[in-house]
Amino acid sequence: MRFAPWSRFRPGRHVVIGVPYLWLLLFFVFPFLILLRISVTDMGNGVDPFAPLIEVSQGSWHVLLRYHNYASIFRDAGDGARGVLAGGWFNTIYMEAYITSVKYALLTTVFCLLIGYPFAYFIARARAGVRPALLMLVMLPFWTSFLLRVYAWKGILADQGVLNNLLLSLGVIQEPMVMLYTDVSMLVGMTYVYCPFMILPLYANLVKMDFRLLEAAHDLGASAWKAFWLVTVPLSKSGIVAGSMLVFIPSVGEFVIPSLLGGAENIMIGRVVWDEMFSSNNWPRASALAVVMILLILVPLAFYYRSSSDRDARGGH
Amino acid sequence: MKTGMRGFTRLVENNVGRLWMGLVYLFLYIPLFFLIIFSFNSTRQDGVFTGFSTRWYEALLADSRLVEGFFLSLKVALITGTLSVVLGSFAAFVLVRYLRFTGRTLFYGMVNAPLVMPEVIIGLSLLLLMVAVQRTLGWPDRGFITIVTGHTLLGMAYATVVIQSRLSEMDRTLEEAAMDLGCRPMQVFFLVTLPNIAPALVSAWLLTFTLSFDDVVISEFLSGPGVTTLPQVIFSYARRGVNPSIYAAATILITVVSLGIISYSIYVMRRQKRLDREISAAARPEQAFPDPVPAK
Repeated sequence: MRFAPWSRFRPGRHVVIGVPYLWLLLFFVFPFLILLRISVTDMGNGVDPFAPLIEVSQGSWHVLLRYHNYASIFRDAGDGARGVLAGGWFNTIYMEAYITSVKYALLTTVFCLLIGYPFAYFIARARAGVRPALLMLVMLPFWTSFLLRVYAWKGILADQGVLNNLLLSLGVIQEPMVMLYTDVSMLVGMTYVYCPFMILPLYANLVKMDFRLLEAAHDLGASAWKAFWLVTVPLSKSGIVAGSMLVFIPSVGEFVIPSLLGGAENIMIGRVVWDEMFSSNNWPRASALAVVMILLILVPLAFYYRSSSDRDARGGH
Repeated sequence: MKTGMRGFTRLVENNVGRLWMGLVYLFLYIPLFFLIIFSFNSTRQDGVFTGFSTRWYEALLADSRLVEGFFLSLKVALITGTLSVVLGSFAAFVLVRYLRFTGRTLFYGMVNAPLVMPEVIIGLSLLLLMVAVQRTLGWPDRGFITIVTGHTLLGMAYATVVIQSRLSEMDRTLEEAAMDLGCRPMQVFFLVTLPNIAPALVSAWLLTFTLSFDDVVISEFLSGPGVTTLPQVIFSYARRGVNPSIYAAATILITVVSLGIISYSIYVMRRQKRLDREISAAARPEQAFPDPVPAK
């Protein structure tokens, strides 16, 4: 009886489906279409940041599709110098930024795997009673600000920072190491931030593993090392793939870490998109760069979905 | 001999395991220790602890940009968390309960895509939309509304994942029982379904609140003049150099979050224990339903 006014109100499935559907169409799909549309137009003149796609002149329609935003990513148009030799393929600051991004994303994935795999394995083999506490300790830093934790590394790795001072006072090094604004600080920062994303899926996978299989391998004469490579690793393949995706994909588009811990040589594509948009005010090129970035992410993603659907087809986990 | 080897392997594994885990935990916690210790430093120096002082906490409270940013971020995160949980619940219901409708594949893709989309692209494409809308309708200006929209787009995806997993594990016979007992659909929802998924709603709200409160990239794209969230202020300070006021802010945040998480997990553990007790009590029929007629 308490719910009498409510019981007459039946929103039905149309509302339940319609509300999130419309929200996503409006704020996810539609903006992406605008991005695509702007990426194939000229820069605007004067007030408009980009030119119209369709121009009406003398009663006829002209579609102004422009591909040069994409061309300029892969090929340097040069300052006045034209032609294949003068321009040079794949020799632009944009290509450099893409390559740098993929390089750091790959290295980060490898480091996270090297650190996270044994770690997840040992948690999975710990007593069942302590596992939730161990996992909570992994998650706790994640709930405090990501930005502040990255900022802390700046103070730790600086020339006059904590680490250098510690090593100097211990006599390990004679003069401070330059770590900040180099590959070292970039990789420490990125590995640090993305490590939990590797540990959690690996743990979820390894904790389900039947460790009697390892005993069986021992009984059949396999050494611990061999049993690990022939039993544990193949069984945890889906965890490795999932963790690697969760690390690689956000790493490619990373924006904050290169800004705080990277130097002039560590420019990643996220930063370049930002600069094209807000410093050069070149909206079409920023859009084209973003579209190529999405394509870059779709490649490993497609591979991931294919490998997981293969597994489903074979009836594995 | 084999047993001996296994024992040895186990011993090595245990000790190497402890060492490795200790090192990784150290790696994960070093920045937090650093922030806490150096927030009490008496000078601006980064590498040496020169003495204890609370001057950076005073400086933090006197910094109007940080304080204003804090209140803006709080407002944005409260609204984002709530909107994300509402939209995420809808989306989770659709994914778990409505298995057949036109455009389900597209829906599935759209719900999950923001999770793998770099924030730079979410920010840029939403900015382009907002500019287009602003030109046609003259509203909204870049600022509060646009930031909330951007955060909610991302937050909804995370909320959906959390709520969806709880909803798909839920025992549907409970709802059927309620309907058999004469509940109307709305009553079933509010009296059975909602209490059942409530823990997931709380987790989803906390997660999306945190994501929003911490976000830099989407806010950087979508904020307008005079509207700066706390992470944006911190980001701009951080790029300039050392500022121990930020360490002080971090220390306060770390304290609040740790206390929150620890008390929440204690609450969850107690609740689980009570549930287990009740279930095991119910499993003994002679206690749950005492036989009115003593059996011979």
